[in-house]
Amino acid sequence: MTVQPAFRAAVRGPSRGRKRLRQAAVQGLWYAVLSGVALVLALPLLWLVSTSFKTGAQTFLMPPQWIPEPIVWSNYPEAFRAVDFGRYFWNTIYVTLASTAGTLVTASLAAFAFARLRFPLRGPLFGLVLSTIMLPGIVTLIPTFIVFRYLGWIDSFKPLIVPNWLGGGAFYIFLFRQFFMTLPLELDEAARVDGASNFLIYGRILLPLSAPVAATVAIFSFIYNWNDFFTPLIYLQSPRNWTMAIGLQSFKDLYSTSWNLMMAASTVMIAPLLALFFAAQRYFTSGIQMSGIAGR
Amino acid sequence: MGLLSGYRRRRRSLLWHETRDAYLFILPWILGFLLFLAGPMLASLAISFTRWEIVTPSQFVGLDQYARLARDDRLFLSLWNTAYYVFLGVPLHLFLALLAALAVNINLRGIRLYRTLFYVPSLTPAVANAILWLWIFHPQWGLANAALELLGLPPLFWLQDPRLAKPAFIIMSWWTIGGQMVILLAGLKGIPVTFYEAAEIDGASAWGRFWRITLPLLTPALFFNLIIAIIGAFQVFTAAYIMTEGGPNYATLFYLLYLYRMAFENFRMGYASAMAWVLFLIILAFTALQFRLSNRWVFYEGDLRR
Repeated sequence: MTVQPAFRAAVRGPSRGRKRLRQAAVQGLWYAVLSGVALVLALPLLWLVSTSFKTGAQTFLMPPQWIPEPIVWSNYPEAFRAVDFGRYFWNTIYVTLASTAGTLVTASLAAFAFARLRFPLRGPLFGLVLSTIMLPGIVTLIPTFIVFRYLGWIDSFKPLIVPNWLGGGAFYIFLFRQFFMTLPLELDEAARVDGASNFLIYGRILLPLSAPVAATVAIFSFIYNWNDFFTPLIYLQSPRNWTMAIGLQSFKDLYSTSWNLMMAASTVMIAPLLALFFAAQRYFTSGIQMSGIAGR
Repeated sequence: MGLLSGYRRRRRSLLWHETRDAYLFILPWILGFLLFLAGPMLASLAISFTRWEIVTPSQFVGLDQYARLARDDRLFLSLWNTAYYVFLGVPLHLFLALLAALAVNINLRGIRLYRTLFYVPSLTPAVANAILWLWIFHPQWGLANAALELLGLPPLFWLQDPRLAKPAFIIMSWWTIGGQMVILLAGLKGIPVTFYEAAEIDGASAWGRFWRITLPLLTPALFFNLIIAIIGAFQVFTAAYIMTEGGPNYATLFYLLYLYRMAFENFRMGYASAMAWVLFLIILAFTALQFRLSNRWVFYEGDLRR
């Protein structure tokens, strides 16, 4: 229901001119507050980028220089030479993409069953899926390590990738299921009358309609795997297998005073994430709304 | 009769097909659940009753590891550090996220840009963030002390002072309120406009509208964030591992960092498994308590219809 503007004005009271002036002042103030907060929140990242373009001597200036004079690009190639950062970069890409692919496939498979098929224990099993969202990872850490050690998978990418091919994470199953529930059941029924199997309905009918949720899941999963530090720390030992997260940490141990190099390396790790975020912001927001974790 | 039983048989076989397919669809998840969740959980309980240094054969010791835990002063210190971080850090973090969500939940031109700007810092990978803040907290050349100097305040030894290291971690976490902010914002967007219009007609003040409409209807989102944030904060690790290595004087030796050292540096798998189960039970107790308390303050719209 919308309220008529005239009626609203009558309820609100006198003098529209003064009111408008006050509103403009309030708005101006609000912009100022928002801009101030945004600036404070942006400072660390600006400082990071700024430091990455400084010489060693420039990093030790007080008060700090925000725009380095001169701007030095050489920290970037230098950072790639100091440690094998190019290799870490490709390792990270590989692990992240392989994990994300697994999440997309197996989470959507499970979600299809929970959204579209009737089977015994469906309710309890889905409850189990949801409850694992709240399970602290710490309690499974050591035996999982032992299992992978027994399999001889330590110092390979398998411990990072394979779990994502087995269910892909409860939250993603939940997201896919929420989306599948919004697609009309008539689609399945029409196909079933034509003799389509459940697998065909999943692959040929529901999945092609699910690009938005797939994009959302892909982005969340990509960011998670790209940033993950704990799993690679435990499983990747030899430097040639490191991901950027571990490589960056080793940087700190080797060049603890070369802040400009460390900031250049950090920028290399962050930049693809920011690019992805800005390219796919739409799916990001819709994902959060769709999850319904906001409450209702 | 014959027709009916044929129908029944066909229907039963249809159901059987559906069940078989459904379990095939969720098979990967079931395998993952058994291999990486349920199995390891039980296994870690079993390992916690043993003495096991990986290279030596394991040896059953009953509740011995748990008895050791109870005598380990450093464990209690790590528990205290973690509790400090959880109970001071999480509420402050959530409060700031709520303020940010309210601030960007208005119709202004360009408000989306502000939402993006508020969110972006929380995308920073934990490792990059830790290294960046190590630099910001640098006692001589860091941004934090430069800011203090600008305000005419003396410099602080943020990460070198045992009293300041935990607060420094909490302050650092304020730059990542974006994740919670967007969830709360989605919650705010879900509140029907008609509620506010009705309240306005009834003459409710802005403050009254906030207390009587916005806050109650946002409690489910706040509750969700609180639960997830507490579970996460109990397992704080990366920043302490990279920035302070548990120091100074064990001031940032958090529980998971201590457990990591026990398991992967000292290879005391039995002891570390007992530690894992203790923390799991603590987290479980807190989560259960919060669900218990939730019906006192969390308001679900569906409740109205009863």
